[in-house]
Amino acid sequence: MTTSNYATERETTEGKVFTVTGGDWDQVVSGTDPINDERIVVNMGPQHPSTHGVLRLILELEGETVREARSVIGYLHTGIEKNLEYRNWVQGSTFVTRMDYLSPIFNETAYALAVEKLLGVTDDVTERATTIRVLMMELNRISSHLVWLATTGMELGAINMMLYGFREREYILDIFETITGLRMNHAYVRPGGVAQDVPDDAIRKIRDFLVLMPKKLKEYENLLSGQPIWIERTQNVAVLDTTACVALGITGPVLRSAGLAWDLRKTMPYCGYETYEFDVPTHTDGDVWGRYLVRLAEIRESLKLVEQALDRLKPGPVMVADKKIAWPAQLAIGVDGMGNSLEHVAKIMGQSMESLIHHFKLVTEGFRVPPGQVYVGIESPRGELGVHAVSDGGTRPYRVHYREPSFVNLQALPAMAEGGLIADVIAGGASLDPVMGGCDR
Amino acid sequence: MSNDRNDDGGVPVPSVPAGASGTAPAEYPPASPAGRGMFGNQGTGDVSGYGGLVRPRRSIEEASRPYGSYFDEVRDALEEAYPQFGEAIEKVVVDRGELTLHVRPERIAEVCQVMRDDMSLRFELCSSVSGVDYLGADGRRLHVVYQLTSMTYRRLVRLEAAVSAEDPHLPSVTAVYPTADWQERETYDMFGIVFDGHPNLTRILMPDDWEGHPQRKDYPLGGVPVEYKGAEIPPPDRRRSYQ
Repeated sequence: MTTSNYATERETTEGKVFTVTGGDWDQVVSGTDPINDERIVVNMGPQHPSTHGVLRLILELEGETVREARSVIGYLHTGIEKNLEYRNWVQGSTFVTRMDYLSPIFNETAYALAVEKLLGVTDDVTERATTIRVLMMELNRISSHLVWLATTGMELGAINMMLYGFREREYILDIFETITGLRMNHAYVRPGGVAQDVPDDAIRKIRDFLVLMPKKLKEYENLLSGQPIWIERTQNVAVLDTTACVALGITGPVLRSAGLAWDLRKTMPYCGYETYEFDVPTHTDGDVWGRYLVRLAEIRESLKLVEQALDRLKPGPVMVADKKIAWPAQLAIGVDGMGNSLEHVAKIMGQSMESLIHHFKLVTEGFRVPPGQVYVGIESPRGELGVHAVSDGGTRPYRVHYREPSFVNLQALPAMAEGGLIADVIAGGASLDPVMGGCDR
Repeated sequence: MSNDRNDDGGVPVPSVPAGASGTAPAEYPPASPAGRGMFGNQGTGDVSGYGGLVRPRRSIEEASRPYGSYFDEVRDALEEAYPQFGEAIEKVVVDRGELTLHVRPERIAEVCQVMRDDMSLRFELCSSVSGVDYLGADGRRLHVVYQLTSMTYRRLVRLEAAVSAEDPHLPSVTAVYPTADWQERETYDMFGIVFDGHPNLTRILMPDDWEGHPQRKDYPLGGVPVEYKGAEIPPPDRRRSYQ
């Protein structure tokens, strides 16, 4: 590496000014035929309504045909992985939930599973906590797929789909708010269990949702599946076969749309998924149309899973019994918002010295995690969400790395877009369902 | 306190970003030398004596046969398919139901090739490539961690290769696993590990002109103190807290 790869700089009275040109892009351009000036380089994004957030695409066009496509990411990099190293293990949930903001429950669950594996308490997590996790994850999968349907619909010209998708997602966010207190960024799934039990009110809401959603799915299908424009825009567009998917590390609905039924819930089960009854929908064409059908079918499968999870929700604790790990606070809504319940405060301040010590130690210091490293992969709405967590024996993570499906899957964009029309870049990019918060972390 | 910031080794040297003033994050010292002290503060204020504590680092313990699960099978298959096994594999570690092969860095691409192609191994999917900085552990502090998945046999294996900060070079596995492209770029960006043979090893998450590699342990978190109700709260990496 030489310094020539860096931006040029010049001194001004205000200080140094850098001219950022975008790394090796001049090489990409200079490699083309200098006589042929019909090729133009178009910069798309990072502020563009069709790039799913702050994704920047640089396209080399010959007329309407894309000859080369490169994606530039990093605009939403927030250093969450670095930040985790300066907080204790429990505080980590609050950070990771903000990565992929459309599937916060998955980020939290993957993190919790990794910490539990490091602690060696995987088998001690209560059945109710695990069932609640499955329930929440599957609801979250539906809400994430609904946003995909909504945004992709909008990007391909079906604006009403956007309104419907976000409208139905609001039901799920409402359920989440009832259970966790927040619509997004819940920090609900914690190492050792979940933050608090599911209220009865939420169960009723979920039951209502289970009745409502199949009707709405029919509506979406009526709206899109037979629609000539939708079919034209999606069929045989941005094709990626199984070989390409595996080589590029693409997992999730995109891989399944190419015909490989690889779903970690089935192939490497966690959270007791092996005991649930559900199918892994696949398609064989590997195009945007296939990904649309796979995601619609996955919403139906998730509804089945939610129903089964509700049926097996038996009363019981939602946190591990080990008081050295279990978060001590019992939360309740007070006049100034959510906080420690009065019973809990009365107990630690007036009745039990032991409880007070545990509360104090866990809140100020946190628990220690035995040294070692683990990797846990779960099936998020976008594919394999992996957490590589390393502990040095302290109260804080030594290193946490997220294998983000958005990040890995975005690598497929050039393979999908090059040689196709510029309009299909949008369809192909959307079909990957990238969430830049997760991609850039 | 060891200071590796001036050890070049052919990579851009972490230093204060150009144009940054005295309060720039990059100028803060690391929170504390790795594994030392109890409360995170250094030099002043600590009269407890805990600041002198040195936490011993766990040494990596080699597992003994039989490993259990499918691990023996994977090792035997790799030994058979890859004659240089004894030379390339430094250690085999089994911990928490996971198999880790510590590979000599210069051999990593070869090992990946065998892991992917051999009929009895078939690790088709490279799930993840990332780094860990074990500052202060030994000379080769920068570890690259590869998570391989066999879709055929539904198995997971972790490969780990350690390089020094002075010579952070190892071969790229992009020819074997194209998916490692961005992940190696991220590892370069965050740790300054150079993957030789990578088609386009540039920064990916940080800006192109960023100096330093943020995920290294001697790269400070940064942040500014905040005033709250009259009291000044230092940034997270300078707070007095347990570690």
